[in-house]
Amino acid sequence: MQSYRIGTVSEFEEGTKKVFNLGETEVGVFRLGEKFYAWNNICPHQGGPVCQGRLYPRVHENLDENKHSHGRLYDENNINIVCPWHGLEFDVRTGKHPGNEEIALDPLPVQIEGGEIYVIVGE
Amino acid sequence: MDALIKPAIEHPVQELDTRTDTRDYLAHARNDAEKKGFADWLIVDIDAHHVESVSWAEITSYIEDPVVRHQAEMYQSERVGAPPYGLNGDLGLRYQDVGGRIPHQSSQREVVEEKDVHRDVVLTRRAMHGLAVDYMVIFPTPMLFLGMHPQTDMEVFLSRAYNRWLTERVLPGDPGMVTLVVLPFNTPDEALKMVEEFADVPNVIGFCVTSTRYKPVHSNEYMKLYRAIEESGKPIAFHAGYHWQDPSLATCNTFLGMHSLGFAWCNIVHMTNWILNGIPERFPKLKSMWVESGLSWIPFLMQRLDDQYLMRQSEAPLLRRMPSEYMSDNCFYSCQPMEQSNMKALECTFEMINAKDQLLFSSDWPHFDFDTPSVIYDLPFLDEQSKRNILGLNAAKLFNLNTNGPK
Ligand code: FES
Repeated sequence: MQSYRIGTVSEFEEGTKKVFNLGETEVGVFRLGEKFYAWNNICPHQGGPVCQGRLYPRVHENLDENKHSHGRLYDENNINIVCPWHGLEFDVRTGKHPGNEEIALDPLPVQIEGGEIYVIVGE
Repeated sequence: MDALIKPAIEHPVQELDTRTDTRDYLAHARNDAEKKGFADWLIVDIDAHHVESVSWAEITSYIEDPVVRHQAEMYQSERVGAPPYGLNGDLGLRYQDVGGRIPHQSSQREVVEEKDVHRDVVLTRRAMHGLAVDYMVIFPTPMLFLGMHPQTDMEVFLSRAYNRWLTERVLPGDPGMVTLVVLPFNTPDEALKMVEEFADVPNVIGFCVTSTRYKPVHSNEYMKLYRAIEESGKPIAFHAGYHWQDPSLATCNTFLGMHSLGFAWCNIVHMTNWILNGIPERFPKLKSMWVESGLSWIPFLMQRLDDQYLMRQSEAPLLRRMPSEYMSDNCFYSCQPMEQSNMKALECTFEMINAKDQLLFSSDWPHFDFDTPSVIYDLPFLDEQSKRNILGLNAAKLFNLNTNGPK
């Protein structure tokens, strides 16, 4: 088990991410609101560099009460990281694919102490 | 705790985009290849792409017809914002990148400083390095629509110009880059001439028909062509594509739906006609390859044709075996995009298509549904020899390639 100092909370703007090399492990660290999330940069699909992809809000179908579709909408409250290899999306908070929760990112523990962010590798 | 804490190092490539170097894009595939020892494996990628329209002015300078060539020159130099001269296709309906989610499919604007070879050679070498590929078969991209061109002459002009440009200007840049010559299949006599012109050209390892087209593959006018290809000893490939104007896909409102069906549908139709009209009986040494339709369509079609054939044998009197036997013994398949959501179904598919001898690895790089060699290497139900066959040795046998690689 190894702890890495990632930086300070103020170095991360809300809704952003950074990718780090922590020894042999590549990790994406994401800030959403006041919370931080760390995910292994290995996509469960084919091993692509998932955290080096782009952030997109989750997409919903805009259905009315009659089940008529009025197109699609972005949900700015649910942000996905999109793997740039083939486009699989994962909820930054849960690490899960929005269409199949069994396909999920590999989490790493994040600790915040005195405004400093730490990620633990090898737990 | 302080003694245990190490500083983190920011990754030099924070986000992959359309300007990212292919080697950075594929760095994970390269790491994987090194861990798995692919340097000791022959890996042949029988279907990768370059974007030939980036070099369109060069290609159209190879058009044989002087008037058309001049028109192309004028068009290329004076039209602003127009698509490439003479190319039909889907114009702006290119949604493969899912709205920017998959940047490498949008474009490859990475820096290329090497001047000794064509830019496409540099990009291909980078992809070969990333995927640990020894030989890479290069196909065009927008030209995959040529079979739907309203001017059959233009299919001839452009495919001949492309083939000459590719074999003269690009392929000599790297011995690992090989190609299947594009045939203007809507004009059988010209397709035959193309076979005669290119059969013995270095780095040409076969012939390609783009599958989105409405000409029946069993038409009598193709028999001379098939004879010539059979005599060349090189295979004929049917490279799938999509075609949203196809009336059978008119109700599909998503690229997802249209693409899922379209890439299989064109080859389902051609394969049906190929088998039921007994092409493998007429030309027993002619090897056919079915490219980029994935694999799941094959067991479906085998079962459908076998079932119906037994009831209506008199409509396919040339057959002496079940349709599925021709499909498993006479036909070769590229694996990508390999459907993996049901491993049992995939294992059954491998058995049904005799994958250890008939299946060929393909990446389809740089397209959005590309596969790396690990999709084969990681399969739990294959022994090592089968993996080696599929990743390279089957292709080496089919194309007569050096099993030690190109160098
Ligand atoms: S490897 Fe991430 S989407 Fe395929």
